[in-house]
Amino acid sequence: MPKRTDLHSILLIGSGPIVIGQACEFDYSGTQACKALKEEGYRVILVNSNPATIMTDPDFADRTYIEPLTRPVLEKIIERERPDALLPTIGGQTGLNLAIDLAEGGILDRYDVELIGAKLPAIKKAEDRNLFKAAMERIGLDLPRSGYIHSLEEAYALRETLGLPLIIRPSRTLGGAGGGIVQTSQEFQAIVEWGLQASPTHEVLVEESIAGWKEFELEVMRDTQDNVVIICSIENFDPLGVHTGDSITVAPAQTLTDKEYQLMRDAALRIIREIGVDTGGSNIQFAVHPETGRLVVIEMNPRVSRSSALASKATGFPIAKIAAKLAVGYTLDEIPNDITRETPASFEPTIDYVVVKVPRFTFDKFPQTRDLLGPQMKSVGEAMSIGRTFKEALQKALRSLEIDSYGFESTNGSVETPLDAIRASLQTPNAHRLWFVAEALRLGMSVDELYQLSKIDPWFLDNIVQIMECEKEIQRARGPQEAAAQPAEVVAALPPGLLRRAKQMGFSDVHLGRLLGVSEGDVRAERERLDVIPVYKTVDTCAAEFVAHTPYLYSTYEGEDESQPTDRKKVIILGGGPNRIGQGIEFDYCCVHAAFALKEDGFEAIMVNCNPETVSTDYDTSDKLYFEPLTLEDVLSIVRREQPYGVIVQFGGQTPLKLAVPLERAGVPILGTPPDAIDRAEDRERFKLLLERLGLRQPANGTARSVEEAVAIAQDIAYPVLVRPSYVLGGRAMELVYDEASLRRYMREAVSVSAERPVLIDKFLDDATEVDVDALSDGQRVVVGGIMEHIELAGVHSGDSACSLPPRSLSTAVQNEIRRQTTLLAQELGVVGLMNIQFAVKDQQVFLIEVNPRASRTVPFVSKSIGIPLAKIAARVMAGKTLDELGFTQEVIPDHVTVKEAVFPFIKFPGVDTILGPEMKSTGEVMGVDQSFAMAFAKAQFAAGNTLPETGKAFLSVRDRDKPALLPIARQLVENDFSLVATRGTCTFLQQHGLPVEMVNKVLEGSPHIVDALQAGSIDLVINTTEGVQSIQDSFSIRRSALECQVPYFTTVAGAGAAVEGIARLKQGLLGVCPLQAYHGEEHG
Amino acid sequence: MKPTALLALADGTVFEGSAFGAQGEAVGEIVFNTSLTGYQEILTDPSYKGQIVTMTYPEIGNVGVNTEDVESRQPFVEGFVVKEYWERPSNWRAQKSLAAYMREHGIVGIQGIDTRALVRRIRDGGAQQGVISTHDLDAKRLVEKAQAAPSLVGRDLVKEVTCREPYDWSQGYWELESGYRQQGAGHAPEPHFSVVAYDFGVKFNILRHLVEAGCRVRVVPASTPAAEVLRLKPDGVFLSNGPGDPDAVPYARDNTAALVGKVPLFGICLGHQILGLALGGQTYKLKFGHHGGNQPVMDLVTRKVEITAQNHGFCVDVDSLQERAEVTHLNLNDRTVEGLRHTQEPLFSVQYHPESSPGPHDADYLFRRFTALMEQCRG
Repeated sequence: MPKRTDLHSILLIGSGPIVIGQACEFDYSGTQACKALKEEGYRVILVNSNPATIMTDPDFADRTYIEPLTRPVLEKIIERERPDALLPTIGGQTGLNLAIDLAEGGILDRYDVELIGAKLPAIKKAEDRNLFKAAMERIGLDLPRSGYIHSLEEAYALRETLGLPLIIRPSRTLGGAGGGIVQTSQEFQAIVEWGLQASPTHEVLVEESIAGWKEFELEVMRDTQDNVVIICSIENFDPLGVHTGDSITVAPAQTLTDKEYQLMRDAALRIIREIGVDTGGSNIQFAVHPETGRLVVIEMNPRVSRSSALASKATGFPIAKIAAKLAVGYTLDEIPNDITRETPASFEPTIDYVVVKVPRFTFDKFPQTRDLLGPQMKSVGEAMSIGRTFKEALQKALRSLEIDSYGFESTNGSVETPLDAIRASLQTPNAHRLWFVAEALRLGMSVDELYQLSKIDPWFLDNIVQIMECEKEIQRARGPQEAAAQPAEVVAALPPGLLRRAKQMGFSDVHLGRLLGVSEGDVRAERERLDVIPVYKTVDTCAAEFVAHTPYLYSTYEGEDESQPTDRKKVIILGGGPNRIGQGIEFDYCCVHAAFALKEDGFEAIMVNCNPETVSTDYDTSDKLYFEPLTLEDVLSIVRREQPYGVIVQFGGQTPLKLAVPLERAGVPILGTPPDAIDRAEDRERFKLLLERLGLRQPANGTARSVEEAVAIAQDIAYPVLVRPSYVLGGRAMELVYDEASLRRYMREAVSVSAERPVLIDKFLDDATEVDVDALSDGQRVVVGGIMEHIELAGVHSGDSACSLPPRSLSTAVQNEIRRQTTLLAQELGVVGLMNIQFAVKDQQVFLIEVNPRASRTVPFVSKSIGIPLAKIAARVMAGKTLDELGFTQEVIPDHVTVKEAVFPFIKFPGVDTILGPEMKSTGEVMGVDQSFAMAFAKAQFAAGNTLPETGKAFLSVRDRDKPALLPIARQLVENDFSLVATRGTCTFLQQHGLPVEMVNKVLEGSPHIVDALQAGSIDLVINTTEGVQSIQDSFSIRRSALECQVPYFTTVAGAGAAVEGIARLKQGLLGVCPLQAYHGEEHG
Repeated sequence: MKPTALLALADGTVFEGSAFGAQGEAVGEIVFNTSLTGYQEILTDPSYKGQIVTMTYPEIGNVGVNTEDVESRQPFVEGFVVKEYWERPSNWRAQKSLAAYMREHGIVGIQGIDTRALVRRIRDGGAQQGVISTHDLDAKRLVEKAQAAPSLVGRDLVKEVTCREPYDWSQGYWELESGYRQQGAGHAPEPHFSVVAYDFGVKFNILRHLVEAGCRVRVVPASTPAAEVLRLKPDGVFLSNGPGDPDAVPYARDNTAALVGKVPLFGICLGHQILGLALGGQTYKLKFGHHGGNQPVMDLVTRKVEITAQNHGFCVDVDSLQERAEVTHLNLNDRTVEGLRHTQEPLFSVQYHPESSPGPHDADYLFRRFTALMEQCRG
């Protein structure tokens, strides 16, 4: 069936900010869908609040709305654009929920918008557990026994029939938020109540626990002719009980016979047909009992998903792209397979390698929460690796995670009874389970016992056994350490074939070096001398049955190399690796732009990355894709093979930046800013010298190499001080310290200070305004991309602050001073490419906080604000063009205002405070754009899920030094018909200034107190600032309750002030919508 | 580690690996199979007689072997080539390791070689003879052996795999809880049609599907004369899959020709090719054949695409049939003929394997099409 000609314009809804459970994968799927639909000639209208996405680049849609993803906003956009159809399946759960809302609210009918891909009844049948259950029963498929409850009473009744353990799952939440396994009756009530709260529909599923069963997933596609194919099977390394997003997953399934696999495939076909998903991809999860093979259906997602992104990368079959084409009427057999060209998409990919995905966790950022994995997703990112065996893929995945692991390091048996401690860690899944498995084997635990404890399939365990056996063999071969032995001799003395065998199992040079007591470099040198070097194989959807035309490669140690380096001028772009807090989609955005720009300039753009969620790892983003870990070893191997003209390290965040110096030392040409400039900016001592030379001011600071030195420095520069370890991104372990006792505690607990690992101490500038600047330089000319004024005052990590472009309060003189300093620094450092600088402005004085001669997190935001693709220009500059040639010679100051707001994962981490500080905690960002600051800020709040009320009751409780600043805010609230409640101190203060305020108890003062009021739903807005360990503890429950009760809250007065301005603005007029193309004067027809 | 097995190809390529399964030497045409699951079914598929099979999926042996997942009385592959063999199976139905099973049946295996490189060589250079050896590790000599090995063309391999005596078949589908269903035991349907199945190397799953479609199945040796078959007064005759070159079994062609028009016929794979020859057509050898479980085939009547299991090296030349038959199914990868139907007589056939095993079940409707045809002819 050819494509539909009755449709002309199609609306796509993105997934909004990056949160746990919804990350870059929806930019990947959305970008593919936009491209596919535009290619077919449809007018594409896109809505997404996340500016860091490739899909929201104005080239990817005809109309790009960076607006909040709420029903009223979507209604306005639909009214304005009158699309013929809405494709609801590419924007994750957020996009799907919004589409349901629009359909059920009658908006789609009113404007005659057709849902394509999946119709409302199908979506409901898949999403509503009762309907889904009934559907599965109709087609004779088994499910875990379960029931729905809407109250605690119903929950107790159901528990009677199902018994314990049980799984509690709230309906319609992202990443399983609010879910939990209940083992005891004590836990039962708490988790059920929590689940009822977390569900937007106040509905909770109580289910027979199938924890410990084997978990599988199938990615299914269907077209209008009812052709159905399975793209990929996935088997989870972790048994059921760990959220699939937190599970280590393996493609294809490893432990099913054909008979069992086909039963699952048949079930998947019946499910997609029964649910009635018209076209596109769905993800179906199954559980298999390890001893009986009983097959139960867990759930189905009638949309593209995290798993479909993984399946696309794992097989080379672009699910989202094909799904978009199927939605407009094509059938699978009409769509060519891009990779083979001669065969159609109506087939099932087969692979001749093993794919492993390992999630990346961030528990270190939230010390108040325990490192435990369960049905609620907690990981913030993932790495994927490809190897010819599971062992090779697994070990490559470990070093792809970038958690300073290069293999199965020992978890270090420092505990008194190590095996007992490990037993406990194996029974309760956690972020380090892989290393615990290895350690248990090292200590002699049997596979049987390991299986009993962990329920990880013995096949996977046996693989780790083999890795451990090889490790032992290497250690034995090393023999007793002879002081005289040269490192090369140690490696050369290995029995013939052992080194190659170890490399085939995925051992890294770093890990081998550790086992042999030599350096990574020694291993590499000897390995290369012995010609033990990797070859590259192609991901081709067909296990080499047909010739592949897209160079999508992975390394392995085997005979034949398929990489076929060309004679073209090549540039390698190093990506950012797995998402984490502090390094996410913004950097992938930059890498993708670099690839686009270099392709346009005639270079061969070669991408290296290991994050399966991203657009950068789409095989058609670059000319050639290496899906490889971003370690020195793996990158050097690629460089050795490709012999590029240069390597770009400044776009992928800290990951490639860390490699800049070692790569340069190894003789690799680094494009753009010389790596030494990075060192000059990051090394505190050298930075100080640099500033002195340029006559620029920074807050007083020092570098401490011991606890005593730290105390002395702090005394010298006076408290409060900011302390942090050197060389970190995202403010890891950064703290604001007010006194010596806290400083000593920090030095003792948070960091291990040493000469090699110094701690940086900065004078903290109270009440200073922070400013972020992104600038571009070609080595001669420097052009400011944007000056962003933070809303929150200094002390909140720049990644967690809201900011405004253009600045809203900085004087022209201050802005000009900032421009002057920016230019000076760029020229002195010899920046070629992008640079980001953070300033603090206090009393009209400009202080330099930090310089980063690389792409920053704000590059996409600035690019979208000013309508100039900064990263693209930067890449071209790095490859030799001048800014003059590229026509970017002057800072663009937009007429409109854009506000960036951060989005936080607090709801996923019970017990974690929502207070902001110098350590970055946000996972994503949104952008609000409008003519005024107030409205742009209000939009950003809506987009971030902080739904500003237009009236109601505001709760105020602020620390003493914030009280003066609170006064105008409180006054404005009253003017806007808010009633005020406040805790004693704040209440008295406001009353003294003549404001009508009602007093409410702090929690410690007894019921009825503020938390009661929050839980009763009688508070509509919370403004709460605090300082000092004690008061932070005392007020914790206020912030946590506001979060859990979904009451908008502000923990800085500056943020609250902006919000109240926004509220006032909202009351004055309607919130309007406007596409990016109109802001930048590119709106045509 | 020293290699303990070698694989040599006629074109001179030699792969060093390690031995698994039986010790010895295996000679055959080397082919690759792209299925991700089902190695036991592949090993026991009689169509692989005369061939050494390479699995493109690298991890093999993971689920061991069991007594249920067999497609014939014994493994028929000449040799087995894998990237990584797993000695310790992990599956609730596993009864022994793959290597133990191969040793019992004298199947020589080699593992630890770059199977992808081998596959690319076969893809680009076409199918050729190869030798796996665990006792003669002299590369040059092995290449010579491979070069001297007879090609499949013109060899009657059917006689090596067909049953010696006729037998009745009553096993139906496999179920997760209870294993195979039996005809007449209240599980598989009662028979309504009597079918004679020519065993050119039949896969058991074809017989199971016939049972489930309501057939009483009598399996007869490949050389059974047509007259003898007709004496059994069957409602239909089934022509099975089997190994090798259809031109090498003229007796099968002649017997089939004698049945055309007398009784409804349904052929699969070699049976399809034999039918093509019986109708006066010709067959030709494909470069490296189709062996796997992901081949897209379009039913030209319904225009629906089915994902099919395939295992064939020869193909019917549709032009040679000159209007006597029409193409019903087409391979969407290379546009080769996958199904035929006579324009007048009650007979049809498919090149691929609707019985799957291993592979997707998309095409099992063809067995019902066969019973419908018999019903129609019964009048």
